[in-house]
Amino acid sequence: MRDDEPNVPEASVSRRAFLKGGAAATGALSSALLPETAEAQLPVATTPDARRTMVEMRVNGIPYRHEVPNHTTLLEFIRGDLKLTGAKAGCDRLQCGACTVIVNGRNIYSCTALAVEVSGAEVTTIEGLAKDNALHPLQQAFIEHSGYQCGFCTSGQILAAKAFLDRHPTPSEDDVRLAMSGNICRCSAYKRILESVMAASRAMPV
Amino acid sequence: MYPAEFEYFSPRTIDEALALLSTWGEDAKILSGGQSLVPMMKLRIASPRCLIDINRIDSLSGLRVDEGRLVMGALCRHADVAASALVREHLPLMLDAVSQTADVQVRNRGTVAGSLAHADPAGDWPAALLALDTHLTVVSPRGQRTVALETFLVDAYTTDLAVDEIVTEVAVSLPRPPAGGAYVKFEKRAGDFAVASVGVQLTLEGDRCSDVAISLGALGAIPSRASAAEAELRDQPVTDERLDRAADLVREAAQPFEDTRGSVEYKRHLAGVLFTRAFAVAADRARGSRVSTLHL
Repeated sequence: MRDDEPNVPEASVSRRAFLKGGAAATGALSSALLPETAEAQLPVATTPDARRTMVEMRVNGIPYRHEVPNHTTLLEFIRGDLKLTGAKAGCDRLQCGACTVIVNGRNIYSCTALAVEVSGAEVTTIEGLAKDNALHPLQQAFIEHSGYQCGFCTSGQILAAKAFLDRHPTPSEDDVRLAMSGNICRCSAYKRILESVMAASRAMPV
Repeated sequence: MYPAEFEYFSPRTIDEALALLSTWGEDAKILSGGQSLVPMMKLRIASPRCLIDINRIDSLSGLRVDEGRLVMGALCRHADVAASALVREHLPLMLDAVSQTADVQVRNRGTVAGSLAHADPAGDWPAALLALDTHLTVVSPRGQRTVALETFLVDAYTTDLAVDEIVTEVAVSLPRPPAGGAYVKFEKRAGDFAVASVGVQLTLEGDRCSDVAISLGALGAIPSRASAAEAELRDQPVTDERLDRAADLVREAAQPFEDTRGSVEYKRHLAGVLFTRAFAVAADRARGSRVSTLHL
């Protein structure tokens, strides 16, 4: 499966470089924000607190280790702690799909999973799709078929489509409509979203 | 939105989970799929002081067949049911139910056992599985017991689980052919909770209905069986007149509440309509036709 390949998109690298640089410059940044590879350079918080838990997960192929308050949602962890802001907080109550990410190959609402609950998992966000400066076929198809208007729901739409196409590479239009019914587009670009996903399914290797 | 603060435990075995539950008692909640619990915690409808996350207890995963029963572990997700060839072949009623439950994201995370333990009056699993022969396995430090679903469901959001008990399995008997089932749900928008739903599981021998179970969802504080309608149909030839009488008895059995999804009168009317549809599909399936869930 494509999710299994470690991939380090350029945007993510430069973000990490930025974080590292910021930490070196100010000395104020928590070590927990950094990928495991950088961890040895900075102290790790060790305060025993029953309301906090050490979370470990690979996000877009990069291992992270980070202590969080237990009540942190996966969405808040990804956006607030990892600074990967492609997943959006829309309804924040499992209805709109803007927060969709892929966990162990399945699309889920990151607003309605706790970070602690997903610890140990393999997570893919929109930032993890492009490889070697090449957009994922779904990203390319959404551009070519104008599968978005304001763009707020787009990362969730693309990830829902990716999780689906990875399991069902040659779907019918009805299959796609059903598979993506958890992702709302307030601009109502549904027709072009459908066209984009169908085009991507034809472009992706089966 | 953040839930209130809580202590978090992630036991690897059922015994560890039971020990934690005995220690924390009413202050603890079991976390499986979290698709009802986490939203309730974020809205502060629920504020448990302790969460016992059973997601890492491997023995609770997935589904299997055992002695003519489909056995779903407490971590069997809705998506596991949707992907099961066995369910597709033998329990189309369950495939109907899972296909109409929320959306893919929720189905990838939420669990069948969690849905039963949550006991939402409009939940799909309590209503659908009540039309089947469904039993839950429940464990506590005092041992293990098996409980029928109709006994398990006590009231809205209330089950007969004791404070120190955990559901470990949900088992459904595989119907003997020539059987057929269907679960028909009416919802205001795709993925919503039911305005009303009806499950029908029957056995047809020729044109005689040798056995039938009719379950009603969102038509009372808890899902219930329409026993009088079942008695009208059982061991009788299926005729239009008899089905009309059964539909009347289904409407009488329904005890809906008025809410934003509709009036009592409207929901009672729906009960009859949904029964008629569900019966027709169940009978077609018992006769061997493959009616897709898409066409319900």
